[in-house]
Amino acid sequence: MAHEHKLAIFRGSLKFKSNVQKIWGVFILLSIVTIVEVALGIVKPEFLTDTKFLAMKLLNWIFIILTLVKAYYITWDFMHMRDEKSSLRRSVIWTAVFLICYLVLILLIEGDYIYEVYRSNYIKFNF
Amino acid sequence: MEATVVKTGTEGKTWGGGNRPLRASYGKLMMWFFIVSDALTFSGFLASYGFSRFKFIDAWPIADEVFTHFPFLHGVEAPMYYVALMTFILIFSSVTMVLAVDAGHKMQKNKVILYMFLTILGGIAFVGSQAWEWATFIKGDYGAVETKGGRILQFLNTEGERVAIADFATNIPGARETHAESNGVWYQQEATQTTFTFEEVKAGFLANDDILIRTQYLNEAGEPTVLSREESINKLTNDGALVVEGANLRHNEYGHPLFADFFFFITGFHGFHVFSGVIINIIIFFNVILGTYERRGSYEMVEKVGLYWHFVDLVWVFVFTFFYLV
Repeated sequence: MAHEHKLAIFRGSLKFKSNVQKIWGVFILLSIVTIVEVALGIVKPEFLTDTKFLAMKLLNWIFIILTLVKAYYITWDFMHMRDEKSSLRRSVIWTAVFLICYLVLILLIEGDYIYEVYRSNYIKFNF
Repeated sequence: MEATVVKTGTEGKTWGGGNRPLRASYGKLMMWFFIVSDALTFSGFLASYGFSRFKFIDAWPIADEVFTHFPFLHGVEAPMYYVALMTFILIFSSVTMVLAVDAGHKMQKNKVILYMFLTILGGIAFVGSQAWEWATFIKGDYGAVETKGGRILQFLNTEGERVAIADFATNIPGARETHAESNGVWYQQEATQTTFTFEEVKAGFLANDDILIRTQYLNEAGEPTVLSREESINKLTNDGALVVEGANLRHNEYGHPLFADFFFFITGFHGFHVFSGVIINIIIFFNVILGTYERRGSYEMVEKVGLYWHFVDLVWVFVFTFFYLV
């Protein structure tokens, strides 16, 4: 495994000649994604902040999806997950992804519930 | 000891031992499992940040208004640029790290040395940038008043621009002096006092008719509510309690103190990871120079610290999103 790298990204549609080239390619991709994120964060287009999808602003969905894209390429190409055996990949990724999703879901629902309790309560919190 | 069994008779069979079903060495596998557990630690922090934010969703500070500074650009509103720079520094140091790993696979010692060196520089630059970010956040810029209920009141002029408390607070001579250890009868001293006392800010506020109060609570448009002059006077005289300058673990002039707590804790924990990554990289760097891995015939150690270093970058990608963007 030490000398063999899978050199194609985007499901094989973009092939690199060497591993070093692939690294620079991924770096350019990560830079573009970051620049897009920062630009959106500064401009904050109104149609993205006003539209909501599943109780969250469209802009925030875009940020989260772009973050996951970046995380994918860091893990797959910088940490060489692409070259590992699928059993190793799954034991690392699936475990982490499942536990994190579960934890986030539970804590966010609970946080929102407490917010409702504070808001519809007879006790005043804003003084 | 002829009876001692030397062989189990299961060599070459699946459960006979000596197998590497995941085709990764012990060290690399353990690094991966450490990364999984560390990822869970970080997601625990970030999820609890989300929990607290959802709990106070109508009064949470807007990160764009908190982190607006850039070094050497005083008074210029530059939201996001600095943290974007930090992100690039970290991603770039990740690139040099993966180049070092690649050079290690090809057993090119001098290239590994160069790329490891650049990675270390990037790590140090990132930790330094974070120190600057912390210092700016701790120092604060406009100052605010905290109410008895722990809510933050910020000051605006009638055009809607922020006003620093230093610009309007009247100086009341002898209002308050910091109790230093040298003046006391016993070895006591008090913590740093704010530049102005609450009474001074209040007097200055009442004397200036064009100053309004902005609360943390968001209106329908999702922006913090600005009170009318009359409401502002009522709010400050009835509820105001103390002056807050900058942020620490108890008070935060930008909004809810939990924001500052999570900021210090999560970026601090991440910065600690970067710092230890730099230390580990330096150790491996010297090992490479000494030729340890050349003699060992494999640069896998560089690959293992590389995994850790990329993980630190990975965490920053998420911290960046959930602290600065969302």
